[in-house]
Amino acid sequence: MLKVNNINVYYGAIHAIKDVSFEVNDGEVVTLIGANGAGKSTTLQTISGLLRSRTGSIEFMGKDIGSVPPDKLVAHGLAQVPEGRRVFLQMTVEENLEMGAFTQPNSTIAPNMEKVYAQFPRLKERRRQVAGTLSGGEQQMLAMGRALMSNPKLLMLDEPSMGLAPILVEQIFDIIKQLHQAGTTILLVEQNAQMALSVADRGYVLETGRVTLSGPGKELLADEAVKKAYLGG
Amino acid sequence: MSFLNNLITGISLGSVYAIIALGYTMVYGIAKMLNFAHGDVIMVGAYMIFFATGSFGLNPIVGILLAVVVCTVLGVVIEGLAYKPLRQASSLAVLITAIGVSYFLQNAALLLWGADPKVFTSVIPEGSLPIEGVNITYVSLVTVLACIVIMLALTWFTSKTKMGKAMRACSEDKAAAQLMGINVNRTISMTFAIGSALAAIASALLFSSYKNLIPTSGSLPGIKAFTAAVFGGIGSIPGAMLGGILLGIIETFAKVINTNISDAVVFAVLIIVLLVKPAGLLGKTVREKV
Repeated sequence: MLKVNNINVYYGAIHAIKDVSFEVNDGEVVTLIGANGAGKSTTLQTISGLLRSRTGSIEFMGKDIGSVPPDKLVAHGLAQVPEGRRVFLQMTVEENLEMGAFTQPNSTIAPNMEKVYAQFPRLKERRRQVAGTLSGGEQQMLAMGRALMSNPKLLMLDEPSMGLAPILVEQIFDIIKQLHQAGTTILLVEQNAQMALSVADRGYVLETGRVTLSGPGKELLADEAVKKAYLGG
Repeated sequence: MSFLNNLITGISLGSVYAIIALGYTMVYGIAKMLNFAHGDVIMVGAYMIFFATGSFGLNPIVGILLAVVVCTVLGVVIEGLAYKPLRQASSLAVLITAIGVSYFLQNAALLLWGADPKVFTSVIPEGSLPIEGVNITYVSLVTVLACIVIMLALTWFTSKTKMGKAMRACSEDKAAAQLMGINVNRTISMTFAIGSALAAIASALLFSSYKNLIPTSGSLPGIKAFTAAVFGGIGSIPGAMLGGILLGIIETFAKVINTNISDAVVFAVLIIVLLVKPAGLLGKTVREKV
């Protein structure tokens, strides 16, 4: 579904992503793990078009999307939940969800919203509240629900556990599992390697802009080097 | 009764400031820039109405429509040519460009239409409502009504329509808005179009009361409306309305005391408000939760 081939991304003179390649197949949960600054979010932002790669290609559903502007990608079926959630704090929960469906025909908004509310009952209770009054966990749910409103073929999650209490992190990962079971293809970027690898079919380890290791989630979870570096022992 | 008459004059003048301030505040809310050429767009609108009604004898409504069209196009063109290439530039560069555009428009008007003051013919019939003791001119009445209608229409637009909500989303977080599929550049253009159309309407109302028209005529009302927008809380639509009307009232009463100090009073008010409440009267500071 998604094929990233040898991308190289620079911030000015800084070479942030070096020859990164990976792929996500239909129905898979794939995770990119790595330390802070390894280039995980940069990779996601390059896929969603907010940053550009100098070389290589990014193929989505067989189409090169390397030069498609970010606002056109949603219509292709690519939705991103950005790092730090980035919900519209001054807009209500319902309005945030409507924005998620911006590219969709109006007739899909009501049924999709019902689906999101079924997945996240808390959002339904708070649908008339402005997002700025929600807790961090609720905002994360809103950001995920907002992305789901566009009926994405691939959902990209950037650090969904960031800044959340452990119990909320578990809730968020339960939701990721449910979405996976329902057939959603997910690309998950996480610092919380333990949680990420436990839900992922496959994982890639990113170190200072390079993929250093890849394999099935369970294998990486058992890998000595990964254990040492990311799993605390 | 003179108190009441002054109050009416103030509300009417303030309504014009409010309509102009909406242009400043909406553009600031979305593009995070101060479009100092906004006042000069008003001047261009006024010349359009002046020529349409005065030189060609057209119906005032046609004149206003012409001004709306010309100003809307002008606003979108200014944005596209002068501001859009600076989207990644520092805000200081954008600010200086806006001041440059302002001088450009004033001098272009000087070149095209000369420095002699033109006497604007009111687009609204002269005269007052037949009420004993209070002087409500038709111009004042129409101005206040126009202001209310515009306020309601904009509130409806930003809270109920898809494009209006997309505008609010862009004003909060452009990158996130793009991830939703919202075309940020198009949204910014549309904001300039709306602001400039309002400037055209403001020009018809403003010069129906204050009739002398020269190429720099838009400058001072523009700066005062900007003051009103900051006073009310820049970025906030109700803030622009409240700031405009309060400023009009303050200016009118200051004039009653002493004509020479009225402008000084207006700007003193701005300074005091910013000292006490830096976000303006209705400006909000939203705290981010982690």
